[in-house]
Amino acid sequence: MKELLRVSDLKAYYQLRLGEKLRAVDGVTLTLHEGEVLGIAGESGCGKSTLASCLSGLFFPPLRYNGGEIILDGIDVIRADKQTLRKSILGKKISFIPQSAMNALNPTLKIGDFIADVMQEHEPNLSREETIKRAEERFELLSLPKDVLKAYPFELSGGMKQRTIVVISTLMNPEVVVADEPTSALDVSSQKQVISLMKRLLEMKITKSMIFITHELPLLRHVADRIAIMYAGVILEIGTMSQIIFAPRHPYTEILMSSVIVPEKGIRGRRLPLISGRPPDLRKRIKGCRFADRCPYVTEECKASEPDMKEVDGREVRCIHPLKKKEVEQNVII
Amino acid sequence: MSSSNNVILKVKELTKVFSSGRRKVIAVDHVSFDIHKGEIVSLVGQSGSGKTTTAHMILNLLKPTSGNIVFEDKDIKYVNKRAYWQNVQGIFQDPFSSFNQFFVVKKVLRDTFKILDKSFNNKEKDRIIVKALEDVNIDPDDVLEKYPFELSGGQMQRIMIARIFIIKPKLVIADEPTSMIDSILRANILELFEKLRNIQGTSIMFITHDIGLAYYVSDRIFIMHNGKIVEEGDAEQVIMNPNHPYTKGLIEDVPTLHKEWLLTKGS
Repeated sequence: MKELLRVSDLKAYYQLRLGEKLRAVDGVTLTLHEGEVLGIAGESGCGKSTLASCLSGLFFPPLRYNGGEIILDGIDVIRADKQTLRKSILGKKISFIPQSAMNALNPTLKIGDFIADVMQEHEPNLSREETIKRAEERFELLSLPKDVLKAYPFELSGGMKQRTIVVISTLMNPEVVVADEPTSALDVSSQKQVISLMKRLLEMKITKSMIFITHELPLLRHVADRIAIMYAGVILEIGTMSQIIFAPRHPYTEILMSSVIVPEKGIRGRRLPLISGRPPDLRKRIKGCRFADRCPYVTEECKASEPDMKEVDGREVRCIHPLKKKEVEQNVII
Repeated sequence: MSSSNNVILKVKELTKVFSSGRRKVIAVDHVSFDIHKGEIVSLVGQSGSGKTTTAHMILNLLKPTSGNIVFEDKDIKYVNKRAYWQNVQGIFQDPFSSFNQFFVVKKVLRDTFKILDKSFNNKEKDRIIVKALEDVNIDPDDVLEKYPFELSGGQMQRIMIARIFIIKPKLVIADEPTSMIDSILRANILELFEKLRNIQGTSIMFITHDIGLAYYVSDRIFIMHNGKIVEEGDAEQVIMNPNHPYTKGLIEDVPTLHKEWLLTKGS
């Protein structure tokens, strides 16, 4: 399969007062292939949203680029100049749906007019009528009501607003869609509709791949082909959906998985993991494994130097003592 | 369970109608249920189902249009609010909007004592505060002199629960207490609620759209839809063998680990 996105050793730091740096993304490497959905999960503050926001090559202060590469369909987006980026990459090659994107709809404009305004920037040769017609066709193709285009945002439900956002951001058939918590503000039924829509776009080959960021692992179980678990600015484990969800090898992934509560037999009465402490302060240089302070299996060796990613049983794990297969089996949720 | 003296809160035909001009919205529509002593129940519903309106009426923050709320055999209409709030307390979704941003945690927690009848001097107050913070696994020295914006959501929510350990109410209404925090912290917070019930015998009502959470913690579950309770019963029964079509649909929409969820092909 064709490789659409390659991120290697990406570092993006927030510049704080007094020259301090917060290392939100501190050496992330990943690839995304055509037709693939990559899920990125982790606790709040692990850097997953920062990672999402810089994948399109834009770094807004106080966030600063600090090293690494992002190659999007053969284009080095970090070194591309801002005009090229805006005119021919954003929205066409890569489309970013940030958190609470639905609040970005202009409350004083009908959805159709809003779309026309946005598209003017990307396709100046297209008239407003043509743009709106194109949007109408897209709504019909996806069996969404095209009356939405004549409505104001306040007339739409949260789920419909979010689906509208998904349609707008994929109007130019981007190859990579990066969606940051696209459903966390929605109830379960609207969540399902939004995700079905995103999957349908992939099946219809309107979009070619997706990076899906969330802290909800049960959701990734159904959406993602591969999952990366992030912690304190780095990826701790990356593998296929079933490797990560059903047979994690990194102690942190295991704890994340055992804290999942879903309405399923065997969940009631199960002890939830009680791990104390907080993720490390990203303003300080961290020696050793970033998860060492909270890890139930920590040894002296873990604190000596940061472990590298190594291959374990077909997936990559950043741990000196990854869990053994047998231990893992005992911990699989029934 | 059926003996009425075990019932701490009785809600009878509770109704709330919001009207503006000729438009009327029936937010809560003749809802009735009981909560027993030391019981954990959940009121589950989607956004707009009327669950938060019900919570606000039980907390005596909103007047019902009709119906009664009876706490320990007294209709709360006739109970003085201060006395009521000594026994019934709420925890809300966003801990940051529950705290005054201009005060440090210590001041906020000291002010908590104003609701109690007994008066305390600052030394006594501080002793109780430290104990309560330790109960919720927070190092008092870490937070007492800090402002809310200096703390994380999980810390703030635990401080909200520490308030409950100070006031020792008989009933806690927790409105989406874990929806703003992630799963590892959620596990810690749920543990605290169970501790509250086991140590102080507190009854707890969760108001939530998180069906997994309701299933995990509750003894009984009420499913609310369009202002009405459409199904209620033992948590195991309601979630594993739902009867009402609405409940069935709701449970199907929750992504789990082992059941198929997305059926996009052909839809």
